[in-house]
Amino acid sequence: MDHKNAKKPSYSRFSQQELPAWKPILTPGWVIASFITIGALFVPIGLLAWSASDNVVEISDRYDEACVPDDFNSNAESFIQNPDTKKTCIRNLKVPKKLVAPIFVYYQLENFYQNHRRFVKSKSDKQLRNPEDENDLHSCYPEANTADNKPIVPCGLIAWSLFNDTYKLSTRGKQITIDKKGIAWKSDTKAKFGSNVYPKNFQKEGLIGGAALDESIPLSEQEDLMVWMRTAALPKFRKLYGRIETDIEAHDTIKVEIENNYNTYKFGGRKKLVLSTTTWIGGKNDFVGVAYVSVGGICLFLAINFILLYVFRPRRLGDPSYLSWNRHPIN
Amino acid sequence: MGTGRKRRLHFSKIYSFKCGRNRFDDDHSQIGGPGFSRVVYCNETGVAEAASQSYADNYVRSTKYTPMTFLPKSLFEQFRRVANFYFLVTGILSFTKLAPYSAVSAILPLIVVIGATMVKEGIEDWQRQKQDYEVNNRKVKVHRGGGVFESREWKNLRVGDVVKVVKDEFFPADLLILSSSYEDAVCYVETMNLDGETNLKLKQSLEATSTIHDDSDFNHFKATVKCEDPNASLYTFVGTMEYQEQQYALSPQQLLLRDSKLRNTDYIYGAVIFTGHDTKVIQNSTEAPSKRSGIERRTDRIIYFLFFILFLMAFLGSVYFGVVTKRDLDGDRQRRWYLGPDRSDIFFDPKRAPAAAVYHFLTALLLYGYLIPISLYVSIEIVKVLQTIFINNDIHMYYEEADKPAHARTSNLTEELGQIDTILSDKTGTLTCNSMEFIKCSVAGTAYGRGVTEVERAMAKRTGSPLIVNGRDQLLDDHNDEDSTLSVKGYNFEDERVTNGYWFHEPHSDVIQKFFRLLAICHTAIPDLDEETGKVTYEAESPDEAAFVIAARELGFEFYKRTQTTVSFMELDPVSKKRVERTYELLNVLEFNSARKRMSVIVRDEDGKLLLLCKGADSVMFDRLAKNGREFEESTKEHVNEYADAGLRTLILAYRELNEEEYKEFNEKFTEAKNSVSADRDELIDQATEEIEKDLILLGATAVEDKLQKGVPECIDKLAQAGIKIWVLTGDKMETAINIGFACSLLRQGMKQIIITLESPEIIAAEKDGDKNVISKVSKESVKKQILAGKAQLTASTSDPFALIIDGKSLAYALHDDIKSTFLELAVGCASVICCRSSPKQKALVTRLVKEGTGKTTLAIGDGANDVGMLQEADIGVGISGVEGMQAVMSSDIAIAQFRFLERLLLVHGHWCYRRISSMICYFFYKNIVFGTTVFLYEAYASFSGQPAYNDWYLSLYNVFFTSLPAIALGVFDQDVSARFCLKFPLLYQEGVQNTLFRWRRIFGWMLNGLVSGVIIFFLCTRALDPESYRKNGKTAGMEVVGATIYTCVVWVANCQMALAVSYFTLIQHVFIWGGIILWYLFLLAYGAMPTSISTTAYNVFVETLAPAPSYWVVTLFVVIAALVPYFCYKAVQMRFFPAYHGMIQWIRYEGNTDDPEYVNMVRQRSIRTTTVGYTARSIARDNNLYHLNLELQAPK
Repeated sequence: MDHKNAKKPSYSRFSQQELPAWKPILTPGWVIASFITIGALFVPIGLLAWSASDNVVEISDRYDEACVPDDFNSNAESFIQNPDTKKTCIRNLKVPKKLVAPIFVYYQLENFYQNHRRFVKSKSDKQLRNPEDENDLHSCYPEANTADNKPIVPCGLIAWSLFNDTYKLSTRGKQITIDKKGIAWKSDTKAKFGSNVYPKNFQKEGLIGGAALDESIPLSEQEDLMVWMRTAALPKFRKLYGRIETDIEAHDTIKVEIENNYNTYKFGGRKKLVLSTTTWIGGKNDFVGVAYVSVGGICLFLAINFILLYVFRPRRLGDPSYLSWNRHPIN
Repeated sequence: MGTGRKRRLHFSKIYSFKCGRNRFDDDHSQIGGPGFSRVVYCNETGVAEAASQSYADNYVRSTKYTPMTFLPKSLFEQFRRVANFYFLVTGILSFTKLAPYSAVSAILPLIVVIGATMVKEGIEDWQRQKQDYEVNNRKVKVHRGGGVFESREWKNLRVGDVVKVVKDEFFPADLLILSSSYEDAVCYVETMNLDGETNLKLKQSLEATSTIHDDSDFNHFKATVKCEDPNASLYTFVGTMEYQEQQYALSPQQLLLRDSKLRNTDYIYGAVIFTGHDTKVIQNSTEAPSKRSGIERRTDRIIYFLFFILFLMAFLGSVYFGVVTKRDLDGDRQRRWYLGPDRSDIFFDPKRAPAAAVYHFLTALLLYGYLIPISLYVSIEIVKVLQTIFINNDIHMYYEEADKPAHARTSNLTEELGQIDTILSDKTGTLTCNSMEFIKCSVAGTAYGRGVTEVERAMAKRTGSPLIVNGRDQLLDDHNDEDSTLSVKGYNFEDERVTNGYWFHEPHSDVIQKFFRLLAICHTAIPDLDEETGKVTYEAESPDEAAFVIAARELGFEFYKRTQTTVSFMELDPVSKKRVERTYELLNVLEFNSARKRMSVIVRDEDGKLLLLCKGADSVMFDRLAKNGREFEESTKEHVNEYADAGLRTLILAYRELNEEEYKEFNEKFTEAKNSVSADRDELIDQATEEIEKDLILLGATAVEDKLQKGVPECIDKLAQAGIKIWVLTGDKMETAINIGFACSLLRQGMKQIIITLESPEIIAAEKDGDKNVISKVSKESVKKQILAGKAQLTASTSDPFALIIDGKSLAYALHDDIKSTFLELAVGCASVICCRSSPKQKALVTRLVKEGTGKTTLAIGDGANDVGMLQEADIGVGISGVEGMQAVMSSDIAIAQFRFLERLLLVHGHWCYRRISSMICYFFYKNIVFGTTVFLYEAYASFSGQPAYNDWYLSLYNVFFTSLPAIALGVFDQDVSARFCLKFPLLYQEGVQNTLFRWRRIFGWMLNGLVSGVIIFFLCTRALDPESYRKNGKTAGMEVVGATIYTCVVWVANCQMALAVSYFTLIQHVFIWGGIILWYLFLLAYGAMPTSISTTAYNVFVETLAPAPSYWVVTLFVVIAALVPYFCYKAVQMRFFPAYHGMIQWIRYEGNTDDPEYVNMVRQRSIRTTTVGYTARSIARDNNLYHLNLELQAPK
C-alpha cells in the first residue's frame, strides 16, 4: 500500500458487505412445498402417536368424595382430621382391556398448588444431600425445627405435606404386589438425596402434615418422598405410586383398599387413583396425536388454498399500484 | 528575512480601508469595567504580573470524559435510561427475599450490558482524545526571549506570547496582529472555517507596531493590552494597547481568529490574546447537542408501553394473589394447609394479605421484567457501531485524491440516514469545488468553447447518447478532459479556433481581440510575477475575476503589471507574431456592487484613445447598448440563455469610446460625488456612472463554470428520485445561487420561480430614510405579501413545479414567529428551495424550522464553519472533509469527502441501517414478548405466587445468549436488496422516509405475533406433557421437565422466527441462528452436568429425562411448527399479494427481470412521475417541450 492511499479501506467481501448469501423469498413453490411437507410429515406422526395413545389402557377412579362415609358427607374435614375415624375405603375398578405389565399406579391430585412459590422454596437441598448440613434450614420455615430447636430432617413444607394415602390392590381375591422401588429419578437417589441422611424429628410434634418416614431408612431410599418432592408444574398432577409387574386381564375387577388419609377436603382438591400402561409416547394422551393430525391437516388445507389462490389470482409481480403510498398518495 | 519584504504594493492605497487607524469611541470607555477586564502583558511571560494571571491555557478538549470522571459520569449516563434504571432496581431487589430468582443470575446480564456500553463509550472518547492530541500538538513559532523564536506546541501557548505564523498556517489562538511581511502590515486571512466565506479578508496591525519586522526586534518589545472578556462574537473586538507609553485603540481589524488561515502573506507576528476555550471560535461552538434518532425515541415509547403492560400484569397478579392468599386462612380454618398459612412470613401471610400483595407486586415486577429486553439498548449500540464500521470501510465512499474514507463520527444515528426527508445543503465547497473555470464565451455572435459542464455530462450519460458539443463527441474525451483540468486551474476552455492565436483567422478577429483585451484590463486583480519562472499568478477579489484574467493570459493577453495608474499586459501581435507589451493608463474604476451589477474601467490606450470597458449582468447590460452596438444581440442573448440554463455564470462584455469632453465632464462629476460626505454619496456616484455607462457596443459574453464537484448532478438526481427534497442554503449572492441551482438541475427552464427579495424600490427608499423601525416594518410587510402571493400562485397552478428563492434579508423576516409557518408551507410546496445570502445562524434557523415544522428527518451537509450551526441543528449533520478546515467535520455526525458519496450513504447504507435497526427492534420485542407470555401464563397456573417454571439461569441467559446473537446479526448484516438494487431503485428509500418498517402497526403486529406464539407454546406444551406420564418408564413430568420443554420451544421459535424474517443468509446468519439453538442444548448439557448445588433443578435434566423421551422431541417439533405457521401464512400472502417495495425488488431479482427495462420502468413508475428536480426531470421536461413544440408546428398545416 503506497503512502498516498494509506487510508483506503481494504477490500474484502466482508467489509464491502458482499458476502455470498442465500436470499430465499417465499415463492408460491416454496410456500406450497413447505405446507405440503409439513402436512405430509405431521399427519403420519400424529396417527402414530394417536394409535400409540390408543393402545394405552388407563383406569382412573376419583375416590375423595366416595371414601367419606355418608354420615360425614356434610363435614368431610372433620372426618379426615379425626384420628379415630376409620379411613379405609374399598373401591372396585372394572378392567375394560387387558393391562399388560408394567402397569403404573399413580395418585392424581387436583387443585393442589405444588408450584406455589412458598411451597417450592420450602426445602433445603443441602440438608437432603449431606448430614452435616442438617442445620441448613433458612429456607424451610415454618417446618424448620421442633419446639426445642432441633432440626427437622427433611425440613420444609414439601416434605411435611408428604402424600399419605395408601393403596392395596387385589383381583380375584389375590393380592397384587405394587413394586415401590425405582419410581424416583436416578438423579434423586444418586445425587440429590443422601444415602447417609436419615429422617429426624420428622412429623413428631405440632401439626402433622402428611406421611411419616421410617427413621431407619436413609433419604436416598425414601422413593415416595423423592417423587413427592419433585414438585409438579401445574395444580393438577399425577405422581407415581408404584409399579405392577403382572398383567391384569380384561373384564377383571380390581378391588382397591384405600387408606384415605390425605386431606384434600380443606382446599377442595380431588384425589384419583390411576392405573395405566405406557407406550413410547408415554401414558394415555390423545392430545399430541390429535394436535399433530390437525396441524398437518391445516397445513395441507393451506397448501390447497394457496394453490387455488395462485391459480385463480395470478398477478403480475411488482405492480406498483399495490404500494401503500400509492394507494394513499402523500399530499 | 529582508527578501520577504521585497518590492510590494501598498495595498492600502488601492483599497480604501475604513479601519487601520482607529478612533476611540464609546465602546472603549468601558475597558476595565465589567465584561472588559482582560489585561494581557505581551511578551512578558516571565514577569510576575503576567504569571499571576490565570487565563486558560491553549489546550482544547472535545472529549466527554476525563479518566477521573469516566466511571461516575458514564454510569450516570447509563442509568438515566429508564430501562437500565429499572434493571438496576431489580438487580438490587434481587438480593432481597422478594426475588423469585437468585441475585447473581439477575445482576450478571446487567453487568454485561452496562459494561459493553461503557466500553463503547470509552473507545469513542479515546478517539476524540486522539483528535485533540493532533490539534493540540501542532507546532508554532513562539518568541522565547532575546529575540529568538522556537517551535512550540499549540497547547503550550500562553496568553501574551508573541508568535510568528507563516503562510498557509492556521492561527493557533486569537492573535493581535503586530506586523506582517508587508510594509504596511496588512495580511490576508482566509476565514472559511469561521464563516464559510472564501474570499480573503484583509487585516492590518496598528501603525505603531507595523515597523517591527525582525525576530530580533522582539527582544525589547513590550505592550499591554486591555480588552473585553472572552465572548462568542466573531465580528467585534474592543480593546486598547499601551505601547511605548501611548494608548491605541484596537478593533476587530487587528484580531486574527483561531482556525482562520494566513494567506498570501509570508508571515505575521502576533500577540496571543485569547487561548484555548477563551478563543472566539471555541466560545462560538455550542456544546454538540446529543442527538437521538426518531427510532430510538419511538423505541423508548414502546419500552414505556411495555412497562405499562408489565405494571398492569404485576398489578392484576398481585390482586389475585392477595385474594387467594387471604382465603387460605379463615379464622382458624386453613384452606391450602400445605402452604402453612397460619405460620407465614409477611410475604405470604393471609392475615396481612394486602401487605403480602404489595410485596408480591414487587416480586412480579422482577419476574415479568423479562418482558423488557434488557439487551436491547446495548444491542442497538453494538449494531450501530458495527454499521458505522461498514460505512467507514466502504470502498465506494473513499476519495482517492484526498485519501479520505467516509467517517461516521457518531454511531447513534445510522438509521436516521435511511429516513431523510429533506437535505439542506451548503453550496460552496459542498456542491461546488469553489473553483471557477472559464469555459465558454460568445464573441461577435459566435459561440466558442468545447468544455463540457458536469450537468451536460450527466445528462448525456443518462440518455446514453453521445454528447455532441460543437461537433465533437465529448463522452469519449472524458480522460482528455481530466488532463486539461490538471493543466491550468480556473481555465477549461478548449477551442482550436481561438487558442494558440488562431482567433486571428476568425471572421470577427477584431472583436475577439477587443474582447480579450477587455478581460485583461477590466478587473481589480493584482498580478504576482514570479521572477524566476516568469509566470504570473493573480490575487483576485473573487474566483470569477481570477478566471477571467487567467483565461486572458492563456489566450495570449497576459496581464502582468499593475501600478497605481496603469495596467500592463503582453499581447501576441497577430501581424508580427511577436509578443508586444501594452500599457493602458487606468483612469477610473467604477466598482461592482449588487445594485449596479456591472463594473467598468475607463482607460486611455497607447494611442491616446479613451475607452470605457464594461462587463456586467445581462439584465442590465442589454439595455445599455448603443443602437449601432446591437449587431450581435440576438445570437448573444441566445447563447447567454443556453449558458445560464447549463448553470454557467454569464457576463456581458461591452465597450465604448469616449471623447475628451465627455470624459472630462464625467470625471468632474464622479470625483465630486466620490469626495462628497453627504448621505447620498452613493446615489451621486451611481448617477454619475449611469450617465457614462451607456451607448455601449456589445462584444460578447463569457461563461464561467462554478465548478460542481464530480458527480453532483447524478447524485442530486438520484436523491430526487428517492423522493428526498433538497434545499440549498448558501451565503452567496442570489445570481450565483440561482446559477448553481441550474447547474445541479434543482432549477430548470419551465419551473416557475418565486423570488422573495427586499431589493424592491420602496424598501430601498425606506432604507434611505434610515429609520430602523420603519425599515423593518416595511420589509416585513413586503416579505409577508410576497410569501402570500407565492402561496396563491402555488395553489392556482398544480401542474408546474415551483422553485422558491429567498435572500437572507427577507429570510430574517420570514423566520419571524408569526409568518414562519406560512413561509414553511410555501417552501414545502415548492420543488426546490434556495436561500441565498443566509448567515450561519439563519441556516441553523431554517434547519430548525424544517425539522420542527414538518416533523420530518432533516440532513444538513456542509463543509465550513459557517455550517456548524446547521449541522448541529439538523437531525444528521454531514461534514464534507474534502477541503481543509475541520470545523464542519468536527461538529458533524458523519464526514464524507465528496457530496456525491451522499447517494451511497443514504440510499444504500441509510436504507440498510434503517431496515436493520427497525427489524431488529421489532424482533427484540417479539422474542421478549414470547418469553414474557410464557412466564405470565405459568404464573396464572401457580396462583400468581411468583414462581417461574424456568431455572434462574434459563431466565437470565435468554436475552443475552440464546436469542441476542441472531438479532445482532440481523442488525448488522441483513440486506433486503443488494446495494446495486438500492441504487437502481431509489424509490426504495421511501420506505424509510415514510417509516413503513417501524410504524405502530408493524410494531404491534410483531408484538401480537409474540403474544400468539407465546400462548401457543405454553398451552401446547403443558397440554402435551401433563398430567400423564410422558415416558415409557411411567414417570410424570415435574416442573423442571415442563419448564425445560417450554423453554426449548421458546428458543426454537425465537430463532426460527428470525430465520423466517431474514431474507439474506450468509454463513454468519446460519451460525448465529442455528448456533443459538445448539448453544441452548450445549448449555443444558454443561449446566446439567454441574453439581446439584449449582445446577439445582437443571441437574441432569436433559441427559436423564428429556433426551431419552421421544415425546420431548415430538412436542418440540410440533410446537415450533404450530407457533410459526401463523406468521408463515401472513408472510406468504403478504409477499405474494401485497409486497412492499423491497419485496417487489426481490421478486424482480428473483424473476431475473432486472434487464427488462420496460418492466423495471413500471416498478419505478412513481418515481419518474413525480420527480421535479434532477436532470432526469429536466431532460423529460425538455423532451415534453420539444414534443409540444412539434405538435404546435404541425397543427396549422
